[in-house]
Amino acid sequence: MTGFEVTQKMNQDIAVLYLKGFLDAHTAPDLEKAFKDLIEEHKYNILVNFFDLDYISSAGLGVFMGFIEKIRENNGDIRMSNMTPKVFKIFDLLGFPKLYRIFKNEQEALTSFTE
Amino acid sequence: MKSDEKQYELKIPSQTDNLELIRDFVSKVSAKVGFHDDDVDKIQIAVDEACTNVIKHAYDKEGEDHIGIIIKIDYQKLAIIVTDRGKGFDPKTLELPRMEAYLAELRVGGLGIYLMKTLMDEVNYDIQPGVRNEVRMVKYLLKDKNEKINFTSDTSQ
Repeated sequence: MTGFEVTQKMNQDIAVLYLKGFLDAHTAPDLEKAFKDLIEEHKYNILVNFFDLDYISSAGLGVFMGFIEKIRENNGDIRMSNMTPKVFKIFDLLGFPKLYRIFKNEQEALTSFTE
Repeated sequence: MKSDEKQYELKIPSQTDNLELIRDFVSKVSAKVGFHDDDVDKIQIAVDEACTNVIKHAYDKEGEDHIGIIIKIDYQKLAIIVTDRGKGFDPKTLELPRMEAYLAELRVGGLGIYLMKTLMDEVNYDIQPGVRNEVRMVKYLLKDKNEKINFTSDTSQ
Protein backbone atom coordinates (compact mmCIF):
# COMPACT_ATOMS: atom_id res chain seq x y z
CA MET A 1 0.00 0.00 0.00
CA THR A 2 1.31 3.40 -0.92
CA GLY A 3 -0.83 5.39 1.50
CA PHE A 4 -0.52 9.07 2.26
CA GLU A 5 2.01 11.35 3.88
CA VAL A 6 1.86 14.93 5.03
CA THR A 7 5.02 16.79 6.02
CA GLN A 8 5.40 20.35 7.20
CA LYS A 9 8.00 23.05 6.77
CA MET A 10 7.94 26.66 7.96
CA ASN A 11 8.82 29.40 5.50
CA GLN A 12 8.98 32.51 7.68
CA ASP A 13 5.42 32.75 9.04
CA ILE A 14 3.90 30.50 6.39
CA ALA A 15 3.37 26.83 7.16
CA VAL A 16 3.84 24.72 4.03
CA LEU A 17 2.20 21.29 3.98
CA TYR A 18 3.54 18.80 1.45
CA LEU A 19 1.04 16.11 0.49
CA LYS A 20 2.09 12.79 -0.97
CA GLY A 21 0.16 9.76 -2.17
CA PHE A 22 -3.55 9.16 -1.95
CA LEU A 23 -5.96 11.39 -0.05
CA ASP A 24 -9.22 9.54 0.57
CA ALA A 25 -11.61 8.71 3.43
CA HIS A 26 -8.93 6.54 5.01
CA THR A 27 -6.12 9.09 4.94
CA ALA A 28 -8.12 12.34 5.33
CA PRO A 29 -7.84 12.16 9.18
CA ASP A 30 -4.02 12.56 8.81
CA LEU A 31 -4.50 15.84 6.96
CA GLU A 32 -7.17 16.91 9.46
CA LYS A 33 -4.68 16.37 12.26
CA ALA A 34 -2.06 18.47 10.46
CA PHE A 35 -4.54 21.37 10.18
CA LYS A 36 -5.66 21.00 13.81
CA ASP A 37 -2.04 21.14 14.97
CA LEU A 38 -1.39 24.30 12.94
CA ILE A 39 -4.49 26.00 14.31
CA GLU A 40 -3.52 25.06 17.87
CA GLU A 41 -0.17 26.71 17.23
CA HIS A 42 -1.97 29.77 15.81
CA LYS A 43 -0.38 29.26 12.42
CA TYR A 44 -3.04 30.54 10.05
CA ASN A 45 -1.05 31.24 6.89
CA ILE A 46 -0.99 27.86 5.25
CA LEU A 47 0.21 26.78 1.84
CA VAL A 48 -0.56 23.26 0.66
CA ASN A 49 1.84 21.90 -1.96
CA PHE A 50 0.18 19.11 -3.98
CA PHE A 51 3.23 18.14 -6.06
CA ASP A 52 3.35 14.50 -4.93
CA LEU A 53 -0.37 13.99 -4.44
CA ASP A 54 -1.63 11.36 -6.88
CA TYR A 55 -5.28 11.21 -5.90
CA ILE A 56 -7.99 13.08 -4.03
CA SER A 57 -11.60 12.16 -3.27
CA SER A 58 -14.36 14.22 -1.67
CA ALA A 59 -13.21 13.14 1.80
CA GLY A 60 -9.93 14.97 1.13
CA LEU A 61 -11.68 18.02 -0.30
CA GLY A 62 -13.90 18.11 2.77
CA VAL A 63 -10.87 18.67 5.00
CA PHE A 64 -10.14 22.03 3.33
CA MET A 65 -13.80 23.00 3.63
CA GLY A 66 -13.74 22.07 7.31
CA PHE A 67 -10.95 24.47 8.26
CA ILE A 68 -11.13 27.40 5.86
CA GLU A 69 -13.69 29.39 7.83
CA LYS A 70 -11.79 29.22 11.10
CA ILE A 71 -8.52 30.09 9.36
CA ARG A 72 -9.96 33.11 7.52
CA GLU A 73 -11.63 34.36 10.71
CA ASN A 74 -8.09 34.59 12.07
CA ASN A 75 -6.89 36.60 9.06
CA GLY A 76 -5.14 33.60 7.58
CA ASP A 77 -5.71 31.60 4.43
CA ILE A 78 -5.24 28.18 2.88
CA ARG A 79 -3.54 28.56 -0.50
CA MET A 80 -2.54 25.78 -2.85
CA SER A 81 0.18 25.04 -5.39
CA ASN A 82 1.73 22.44 -7.71
CA MET A 83 -1.42 20.45 -8.48
CA THR A 84 -1.20 17.75 -11.13
CA PRO A 85 -3.83 18.12 -13.88
CA LYS A 86 -5.67 15.07 -12.49
CA VAL A 87 -6.05 16.58 -9.02
CA PHE A 88 -6.82 20.06 -10.37
CA LYS A 89 -9.66 18.64 -12.48
CA ILE A 90 -11.49 17.50 -9.35
CA PHE A 91 -11.03 20.85 -7.64
CA ASP A 92 -12.20 22.60 -10.79
CA LEU A 93 -15.23 20.34 -11.22
CA LEU A 94 -16.46 21.36 -7.79
CA GLY A 95 -15.81 25.06 -8.32
CA PHE A 96 -13.07 25.20 -5.68
CA PRO A 97 -10.88 27.67 -7.64
CA LYS A 98 -13.53 30.28 -6.77
CA LEU A 99 -12.96 29.68 -3.10
CA TYR A 100 -9.22 28.95 -2.91
CA ARG A 101 -6.27 30.64 -4.57
CA ILE A 102 -4.38 27.99 -6.51
CA PHE A 103 -0.88 28.74 -7.83
CA LYS A 104 1.34 27.06 -10.39
CA ASN A 105 4.31 26.80 -8.05
CA GLU A 106 5.28 27.21 -4.43
CA GLN A 107 7.22 30.45 -4.92
CA GLU A 108 4.25 32.26 -6.50
CA ALA A 109 2.04 31.05 -3.68
CA LEU A 110 4.50 32.16 -0.99
CA THR A 111 4.85 35.61 -2.59
CA SER A 112 1.07 35.99 -2.63
CA PHE A 113 1.02 36.02 1.18
CA THR A 114 3.14 39.18 1.20
CA GLU A 115 0.91 41.07 -1.25
CA MET B 1 -25.18 -13.25 -18.50
CA LYS B 2 -25.32 -12.43 -22.21
CA SER B 3 -22.55 -13.98 -24.29
CA ASP B 4 -21.00 -10.60 -25.16
CA GLU B 5 -20.96 -9.51 -21.51
CA LYS B 6 -18.04 -9.96 -19.12
CA GLN B 7 -18.32 -9.72 -15.37
CA TYR B 8 -15.73 -9.01 -12.66
CA GLU B 9 -16.50 -9.12 -8.94
CA LEU B 10 -14.86 -8.12 -5.70
CA LYS B 11 -16.26 -8.70 -2.21
CA ILE B 12 -14.36 -6.86 0.45
CA PRO B 13 -14.73 -5.86 4.13
CA SER B 14 -16.35 -2.46 4.55
CA GLN B 15 -13.26 -0.57 5.76
CA THR B 16 -11.64 2.63 4.54
CA ASP B 17 -8.24 0.95 4.38
CA ASN B 18 -9.63 -1.13 1.50
CA LEU B 19 -10.46 1.91 -0.66
CA GLU B 20 -7.07 1.81 -2.34
CA LEU B 21 -7.55 -1.84 -3.23
CA ILE B 22 -11.02 -1.11 -4.61
CA ARG B 23 -9.66 1.74 -6.75
CA ASP B 24 -6.90 -0.49 -8.12
CA PHE B 25 -9.41 -3.19 -9.04
CA VAL B 26 -11.76 -0.76 -10.78
CA SER B 27 -8.98 1.13 -12.62
CA LYS B 28 -7.33 -2.00 -13.92
CA VAL B 29 -10.57 -3.46 -15.24
CA SER B 30 -11.62 -0.13 -16.83
CA ALA B 31 -8.23 0.30 -18.52
CA LYS B 32 -8.23 -3.30 -19.70
CA VAL B 33 -11.50 -2.87 -21.58
CA GLY B 34 -10.34 0.26 -23.37
CA PHE B 35 -11.24 3.34 -21.34
CA HIS B 36 -8.78 6.21 -21.68
CA ASP B 37 -6.86 7.40 -18.61
CA ASP B 38 -9.19 10.34 -18.19
CA ASP B 39 -12.26 8.13 -17.97
CA VAL B 40 -10.45 5.56 -15.80
CA ASP B 41 -9.77 8.37 -13.31
CA LYS B 42 -13.43 9.39 -13.32
CA ILE B 43 -14.69 5.83 -12.81
CA GLN B 44 -12.20 5.30 -9.99
CA ILE B 45 -13.33 8.39 -8.08
CA ALA B 46 -17.04 7.63 -8.55
CA VAL B 47 -16.59 4.11 -7.15
CA ASP B 48 -14.46 5.41 -4.26
CA GLU B 49 -17.27 7.83 -3.39
CA ALA B 50 -19.96 5.13 -3.55
CA CYS B 51 -17.90 2.76 -1.36
CA THR B 52 -17.00 5.53 1.10
CA ASN B 53 -20.73 6.20 1.52
CA VAL B 54 -21.32 2.52 2.30
CA ILE B 55 -18.47 2.41 4.83
CA LYS B 56 -19.54 5.63 6.55
CA HIS B 57 -23.33 5.32 6.41
CA ALA B 58 -24.62 1.83 5.60
CA TYR B 59 -23.11 -0.02 8.52
CA ASP B 60 -22.69 1.07 12.13
CA LYS B 61 -19.09 -0.05 12.47
CA GLU B 62 -16.19 -0.28 10.06
CA GLY B 63 -15.50 -3.85 8.94
CA GLU B 64 -18.85 -5.05 10.27
CA ASP B 65 -19.88 -6.38 6.88
CA HIS B 66 -18.90 -6.39 3.23
CA ILE B 67 -19.14 -4.24 0.13
CA GLY B 68 -19.72 -5.94 -3.19
CA ILE B 69 -18.36 -4.42 -6.36
CA ILE B 70 -19.58 -5.94 -9.59
CA ILE B 71 -18.35 -4.67 -12.95
CA LYS B 72 -20.29 -5.67 -16.04
CA ILE B 73 -18.85 -4.92 -19.43
CA ASP B 74 -20.47 -5.20 -22.80
CA TYR B 75 -19.46 -3.73 -26.14
CA GLN B 76 -20.67 -0.27 -25.40
CA LYS B 77 -20.57 0.33 -21.68
CA LEU B 78 -19.26 -0.48 -18.26
CA ALA B 79 -21.74 -0.81 -15.41
CA ILE B 80 -20.48 -0.84 -11.83
CA ILE B 81 -22.81 -2.05 -9.13
CA VAL B 82 -21.83 -1.32 -5.54
CA THR B 83 -23.85 -3.38 -3.07
CA ASP B 84 -24.25 -3.60 0.67
CA ARG B 85 -26.83 -4.99 3.09
CA GLY B 86 -26.75 -2.12 5.53
CA LYS B 87 -29.41 0.27 6.64
CA GLY B 88 -29.98 1.92 3.23
CA PHE B 89 -31.40 5.35 2.52
CA ASP B 90 -34.18 7.01 0.59
CA PRO B 91 -32.76 8.12 -2.77
CA LYS B 92 -35.52 10.76 -3.02
CA THR B 93 -33.99 12.59 -0.08
CA LEU B 94 -30.60 12.81 -1.78
CA GLU B 95 -30.16 16.33 -2.92
CA LEU B 96 -27.59 17.25 -5.47
CA PRO B 97 -25.85 20.28 -3.98
CA ARG B 98 -25.94 23.49 -6.00
CA MET B 99 -22.22 24.03 -5.95
CA GLU B 100 -22.25 27.81 -5.87
CA ALA B 101 -24.49 27.99 -2.82
CA TYR B 102 -22.63 25.08 -1.31
CA LEU B 103 -19.26 26.81 -1.55
CA ALA B 104 -20.69 30.10 -0.31
CA GLU B 105 -21.87 28.33 2.84
CA LEU B 106 -18.55 26.51 3.26
CA ARG B 107 -20.38 23.26 3.91
CA VAL B 108 -18.57 20.02 4.65
CA GLY B 109 -19.52 16.67 3.17
CA GLY B 110 -22.10 15.72 0.56
CA LEU B 111 -19.67 16.30 -2.28
CA GLY B 112 -19.43 12.59 -3.05
CA ILE B 113 -22.90 12.31 -4.60
CA TYR B 114 -22.20 15.36 -6.73
CA LEU B 115 -18.98 13.80 -8.01
CA MET B 116 -20.64 10.46 -8.77
CA LYS B 117 -23.39 12.12 -10.80
CA THR B 118 -20.99 14.41 -12.60
CA LEU B 119 -18.32 11.85 -13.42
CA MET B 120 -20.56 8.99 -14.56
CA ASP B 121 -23.14 8.90 -17.37
CA GLU B 122 -25.86 7.30 -15.23
CA VAL B 123 -26.36 6.75 -11.49
CA ASN B 124 -29.32 4.79 -10.14
CA TYR B 125 -30.27 3.29 -6.80
CA ASP B 126 -32.18 0.22 -5.73
CA ILE B 127 -32.61 0.21 -1.97
CA GLN B 128 -33.86 -2.70 0.15
CA PRO B 129 -32.62 -1.88 3.67
CA GLY B 130 -30.91 -4.76 5.43
CA VAL B 131 -31.30 -6.99 2.40
CA ARG B 132 -29.54 -5.48 -0.58
CA ASN B 133 -28.85 -1.86 -1.39
CA GLU B 134 -27.45 -1.15 -4.79
CA VAL B 135 -25.87 1.85 -6.48
CA ARG B 136 -25.54 1.28 -10.19
CA MET B 137 -23.28 3.56 -12.21
CA VAL B 138 -22.75 3.43 -15.94
CA LYS B 139 -20.03 4.84 -18.17
CA TYR B 140 -20.30 4.52 -21.94
CA LEU B 141 -17.22 3.63 -23.92
CA LEU B 142 -18.40 5.98 -26.63
CA LYS B 143 -20.15 9.29 -26.20
CA ASP B 144 -22.96 8.17 -28.47
CA LYS B 145 -24.87 5.65 -26.38
CA ASN B 146 -26.42 4.01 -29.45
CA GLU B 147 -23.20 3.36 -31.25
CA LYS B 148 -21.57 0.00 -30.64
CA ILE B 149 -17.87 -0.55 -30.79
CA ASN B 150 -16.95 -2.82 -33.61
CA PHE B 151 -13.65 -4.28 -32.55
CA THR B 152 -12.84 -5.53 -36.05
CA SER B 153 -13.44 -2.28 -37.91
CA ASP B 154 -10.77 0.17 -38.98
CA THR B 155 -10.89 2.93 -36.37
CA SER B 156 -9.54 5.52 -38.82
CA GLN B 157 -12.79 5.46 -40.80
